[in-house]
Amino acid sequence: MPEGLRTRGGVGESIPRPDGPDKVSGRFSFGSDLTAPGMLFGKTLRSPHPHALIRSIDVEKATGMPGVKAVLTAADLPGERLYSLHKPPDQPVLAAAGDEVRYAGEPVAIVAAEHPEQARAALEAIAVEYEVLAPLLDPVDAIQRGSVLRELTIRSGDPDAVADVVVDGYYEVGQQDQAPLGPEAGLAIPTPHGGIDLWVATQALHVDLEQVEACLGMRPGAVRLHLGGVGGAFGAREDLSIQVHACLLALKARRPVKMWYGREESFTGHVHRHPAWMWYSTGADRDGRLVFVKATILLDGGAYASSSGAVVANAACFGAGPYRVPNAHVWSGAARTNTVPNGAMRGFGAVQSCFAYEGQMDLLAARLGLDPIELRLKNAIRPGDRLITGQALTGAAPMAKLIDLCQGLPEPPAPSDSLALPGGAGNVASAAEVVRGTGFAVGFKNIAYSEGSDDYATARVRLQRGPDGAAVVQVKTAASEVGQGLVTVCLQVARTELGVEAVEIERADTTVGDAGSSSASRQTWMTGGAVRDAARLVAAEVLKRAGPPAQALAGGHVLDEEGAALAPIELFLDEPIEREFEHHHRPTSGLDPAGQGDAHVSFMFVAHRATVDVDAEAGLARVAQVATAQDVGRAINPLQVHGQIEGGIAQGVGLATMEEIKLKDGLIRNASFTDYIIPTSLDMPEVAAVLVEEPEPEAPYGAKGVGEPPLISSPAAIVAAMRAATGRRLNRVPVSPEELAGLSECRPGWLVRPGQSPAEAVRPAPPL
Amino acid sequence: MRVSVPKSLDAALGLLAEDPQAVVLAGGTDLMVAINFGRARPEHIVSIARLAELKELVAGEQVLCGAGVTYTHLLQRVRDRALVDAARTVGSPQIRNAGTIGGNLGTCSPAGDTLPILAALDATIVVVSRRSGERRVPFSDWMRGPKQPALEPGELVLRAEWEEAGPAQAFLKAGTRNAMVIAVASLAMVVDRARRRVRVALGSAGPTIIRATAAEEMASGLIEEVGWERPLTLTEAARARFADLVAAAARPIDDQRGTGAYRRHVIGVMASRALQRTGAAA
Ligand SMILES: Cc1cc2nc3c(=O)[nH]c(=O)nc-3n(C[C@H](O)[C@H](O)[C@H](O)COP(=O)(O)OP(=O)(O)OC[C@H]3O[C@@H](n4cnc5c(N)ncnc54)[C@H](O)[C@@H]3O)c2cc1C
Repeated sequence: MPEGLRTRGGVGESIPRPDGPDKVSGRFSFGSDLTAPGMLFGKTLRSPHPHALIRSIDVEKATGMPGVKAVLTAADLPGERLYSLHKPPDQPVLAAAGDEVRYAGEPVAIVAAEHPEQARAALEAIAVEYEVLAPLLDPVDAIQRGSVLRELTIRSGDPDAVADVVVDGYYEVGQQDQAPLGPEAGLAIPTPHGGIDLWVATQALHVDLEQVEACLGMRPGAVRLHLGGVGGAFGAREDLSIQVHACLLALKARRPVKMWYGREESFTGHVHRHPAWMWYSTGADRDGRLVFVKATILLDGGAYASSSGAVVANAACFGAGPYRVPNAHVWSGAARTNTVPNGAMRGFGAVQSCFAYEGQMDLLAARLGLDPIELRLKNAIRPGDRLITGQALTGAAPMAKLIDLCQGLPEPPAPSDSLALPGGAGNVASAAEVVRGTGFAVGFKNIAYSEGSDDYATARVRLQRGPDGAAVVQVKTAASEVGQGLVTVCLQVARTELGVEAVEIERADTTVGDAGSSSASRQTWMTGGAVRDAARLVAAEVLKRAGPPAQALAGGHVLDEEGAALAPIELFLDEPIEREFEHHHRPTSGLDPAGQGDAHVSFMFVAHRATVDVDAEAGLARVAQVATAQDVGRAINPLQVHGQIEGGIAQGVGLATMEEIKLKDGLIRNASFTDYIIPTSLDMPEVAAVLVEEPEPEAPYGAKGVGEPPLISSPAAIVAAMRAATGRRLNRVPVSPEELAGLSECRPGWLVRPGQSPAEAVRPAPPL
Repeated sequence: MRVSVPKSLDAALGLLAEDPQAVVLAGGTDLMVAINFGRARPEHIVSIARLAELKELVAGEQVLCGAGVTYTHLLQRVRDRALVDAARTVGSPQIRNAGTIGGNLGTCSPAGDTLPILAALDATIVVVSRRSGERRVPFSDWMRGPKQPALEPGELVLRAEWEEAGPAQAFLKAGTRNAMVIAVASLAMVVDRARRRVRVALGSAGPTIIRATAAEEMASGLIEEVGWERPLTLTEAARARFADLVAAAARPIDDQRGTGAYRRHVIGVMASRALQRTGAAA
């Protein structure tokens, strides 16, 4: 094909993202930048108690205050009183008098006023009488009282299988926050006909829409959602935050209402990653081949269901690792307690169990005197193998290749600068006090929705003449660009399919069909697939209009089968062409009572090697490098894949070394970026990444998701490196300076037989 | 909320004399955080950001450091090694460009990074008001408690003063992040060979900055033996004893940033290393 007829910037090229310049120059409008003439400011009154009965709520004083235009409580709700991602819904839109509040931070009343300070003053004037109740905070305690959101057992193979070598381990994962820099934000504008338009920074417009309509008690079509600029999501925007509240206030006041959370409020205004307590027993034969994995994975679900159910399933399904495991017995469950609900976060259950099963693999390697990488290679799962759920791997599963490639990546040089030593700018360590350790870990996870959900995405593609007469493509979906680069993917797909470089990605809203959520690493496959399929219908129409010998579209032209240009595409666009397509992935099935079933459509695999410099005496560390090989199917945009890898590793470094929400008596003690610390550029390691492109047969372009794997096994690899440097157990993330310095160790608060429910757990005997 | 932006020190002192409840704003890196958290709702703010008088930094035998000197400025101009290292650890470049030493003194937190060094340098804080003119406060009297500086209503911090103490200085700060972290514990050590004195001061180790006087005496004794002009060679035992004495001076608490046990431990580790580093620097 002559160069002029190549379509530039299509699938496979590292083109820059269309929203990049605005984002780095400050011109991009994020949710918190939304504004409308005459808008009011909405604020939320929240429970200060993790568990209490509301005796009464008195809003009279607040209602009469200057500037206050609406004060609403549960008594004013026009529609469904409960909402959730979970069915049936269990989370109150506003906690009602006579009912209980179940976590500190639960919304009790909402206010709209002319000025944010007036709204704040009005909140202070609302009198709520609480009868404080004892909070249920220990998840084992909760399970024993039957306070369970979901529990699930997977059994495969022989329950009595005997192994030559058995290692037992206990692991904990602290509660991580998604820490999106953009707080929850939205703007609700009532329409003249009694409807409402809501602009909101969300991961899933239609998932929100369904819940908002129900809670407003409005007919379908009366509520429209539009995507506000999203400043990071990572799971934090899957559940509702301001959506219903802003609409209720706007409808009541008949004025636009803007709501956005401050940082402190944001910590109680969205779900977090489930903290986990895990008891594992892993058996192998003398050669190191795995014989069994038995595991109990206990998650704290918090006060409401959110997506705990699916997280429980993921933690269990991937709980034995990407290995050939002939016999497995896994119990996974989420307790309902009186903490802020936990839910979706990048990695979604797979991160927690990976930390445990990879810790086990290192224990096993040490026991057997085997190299940890060799042990992993020996057991790596291969195409055709079955997971512990009985599902056979039918797609690409290059686990062994990833391990090989990852271990071959160059190692980093010794730190050249004092800022690169553990403790960095703090100047505590000098080179003599530093020991370097290396650790290895692998992980895997599903792509898209599982357990029989009908997972689909919709796209509308229009091809027409632009103002200058040349062909232009418009792509419309309801899919959320959350920073992952979906707009770039859609643009590249449209270019490839239509041979037209001028592509406009329209703003996402609910005037087009559902795209599902930007989660589960699914949008490149699902929305990318829908754009591809809709564009193919458009392309077919162009070819039909052009007639034989037209065969293909590229470089703005209709081509014959030799690739010679017949005519410019715009010649056939007297009438615009518009097509819509719903892309569904292959149906999955549920899990049976033994946890067996083809519950997932596809899997992504990853390997990480971490190099960490440790000052063991002072308990300080710096991650020098994370090397990774990732199974991506096909890189639609290699630059963006590397971006996802670096971002995910940053969050993995955070989980391994510093990020944790600290609760005391059910209250968050560090609800700020002063005290909930996330890695800075000085904490960020060098990243060495190779992409393994083995096309996934069922995926559009063979492309798997790429967003989550960087965070699945990077924490496990980093902690393995810290163990190698110190010889300490380090069975909890984030690793505290105290544990790293050997001043304390994480010990189980309960004894559980791996594989059994904690319902039978007992307290360990006190130390003698 | 009223905001006054005086153009001269005199005008600022006038405004503060009229309204002693007014809150002083320098770089705002503490005050604005307090406002954002709803912990402060001042009625009247007097910005001192434009006062050239407070931005002077004279770095000679006698150092005069205006309250309005930023960390970035300190980093470029000051010769006291410990203060440079401390300034380098403060926040991020943006915070270092805005935050001032006067603000660190005004906030008066035991985690304020310049404070252990001002303690170890035996600095004097000079304050001024319309009513009482200039007043000199030795640093040891500055912190009446956490967040309680020895400032009377209507008073401004004018500057900090100290005598340059030579190269044998160290500042170490432990935190769970490699930059932009509030000290879990910090330690400043100055061996002023000319004046034959050793100072060790601890940050985030109690309600105020704490001087480890027993350890200071021990180190002075060790140096005395070899001579104040000579580098010190240390035994493991001496380092350990010094570390124990410093750690024993700490009164650390458990909080969301660290446990008391870790704080005490890392203070000992930092002490041993600081003694090594300052002892070697002659
Ligand atoms: C992201 C971030 C990171 C930070 N990191 C660090 C750190 O690593 N180490 C550290 O020590 N601090 C840190 N801080 C805190 C802060 O930057 C410092 O305490 C800084 O020195 C405050 O100076 P300022 O000029 O901004 O003070 P402001 O916020 O303007 O004022 C602070 C207080 O001092 C009073 N004040 C200010 N100047 C005077 C004066 N001349 N006379 C009388 N009173 C006065 C004010 O009234 C106020 O009460 C950080 C803050 C942020 C936001």
